[in-house]
Amino acid sequence: MEYKDYYQILGVARDASPENIKQAFRKLARKYHPDVNKAADAEARFKDINEAYEVLKDPEKRSAYDQLGANWQNAAQFQQHTGQEGGKAYTFHSSAGGQDFSEFFEALFGQAAGRDSAFSGIHAGGKFSLRGEDQRVTVSISLEDAFRGSKQSLRLNRPVEDAQGRVTMQPQQLNVMIPKGIVEGQRIRLEGQGLPGQGGAEAGDLYLEVRFAPHPLFRAEKRTIHLDLPVAPWEAALGATVTVPTLDGKVQLKIPANSQNGRKLRLKGKGLSTAKSEGDQIVTLKVVLPEAHTEEQQAIYRSMAEKMAFNPRTELGV
Amino acid sequence: MNDAFRLLEGTVLDEENTCSFGELCRVCGASESAIREMIAEGIICPEGESPEEWRFTLVSIHRVQTVTRLTRDLRVNLPGCALALELLDELDRMRSLLNKSTS
Repeated sequence: MEYKDYYQILGVARDASPENIKQAFRKLARKYHPDVNKAADAEARFKDINEAYEVLKDPEKRSAYDQLGANWQNAAQFQQHTGQEGGKAYTFHSSAGGQDFSEFFEALFGQAAGRDSAFSGIHAGGKFSLRGEDQRVTVSISLEDAFRGSKQSLRLNRPVEDAQGRVTMQPQQLNVMIPKGIVEGQRIRLEGQGLPGQGGAEAGDLYLEVRFAPHPLFRAEKRTIHLDLPVAPWEAALGATVTVPTLDGKVQLKIPANSQNGRKLRLKGKGLSTAKSEGDQIVTLKVVLPEAHTEEQQAIYRSMAEKMAFNPRTELGV
Repeated sequence: MNDAFRLLEGTVLDEENTCSFGELCRVCGASESAIREMIAEGIICPEGESPEEWRFTLVSIHRVQTVTRLTRDLRVNLPGCALALELLDELDRMRSLLNKSTS
């Protein structure tokens, strides 16, 4: 377990006023909110910020934390000191709302401390029940997998109940079908695969957000796959049939005569398609000029200069 | 069956498939009145005349959940959430353009 410097997390001095602490918290919460900040560590930072504020906003918790200083490992004594009681029968772990506090926090203040806002459960017939929290996870897949559909194995920290009925987070493998034609940023809802409910209530859901790993050739824009295709000047000028890679394997593409650099050609159905929506591949021609090193090669360019009567700068008026 | 061997199939939250008013409330854990306020704010937009006929694209689930989190975590009000969602969409578009020009 690692000591957490709550003052450092909020970027405030140890003698900061409650008003300063509140301002710092609000500013950082906006900055690192996982719905706003796409950085990989945003969620962890957001949790830390909430945890730090949970302690520093409460004069009693703050003074207990201050007194603790470097002797924090003496947590048992500390709990007696603050009158907090750890290890209640129910344990909440939430992926959102900053209510999922660290081991450090729980060692100091007990597991149920600071979770008051999670107790807004339904009391039916005097029995406590609460739907499980939803979980969110980002999954990175290749464009090839997005094109064909794929099975992905994920290792997630999932709630597991031990013999004493205590729920802890343990790494578990989940096999998930990612359907063909998924688009970057789309989410997949896995019903009932979130955190378990309390008191017989149903489990939450698991949401996977799909991201694409960078691809050496292709770039996806919604359902469209883009490819830059280098072509020789004579292929662009005279027309040619060239082999082009797609996510569906190699295909032959006819380049019309007199194609300019940047011309876009469409390969229908070679993008990210589902049963209902078709995606295409857009091939953008990039004319690449061969360098003229030998006398013979230079003669070809010279002959073009003489015979083509071509000014590429007419639009500039020069 | 052990989860390690089971292949889970989920639902893609896309623009193609839809859900009813009741399903949206249930999945998002949101009240009918909260959803009605989001509709009034233009955050989500159902097809259909009456609430019984309303159909929401499944992307609406994500929008409602994001609004719920922003409201709870950052105390943003509904017009603020609507603005934040529009700006986040814009940011996504910009990022994708940036990828285009750097690749």
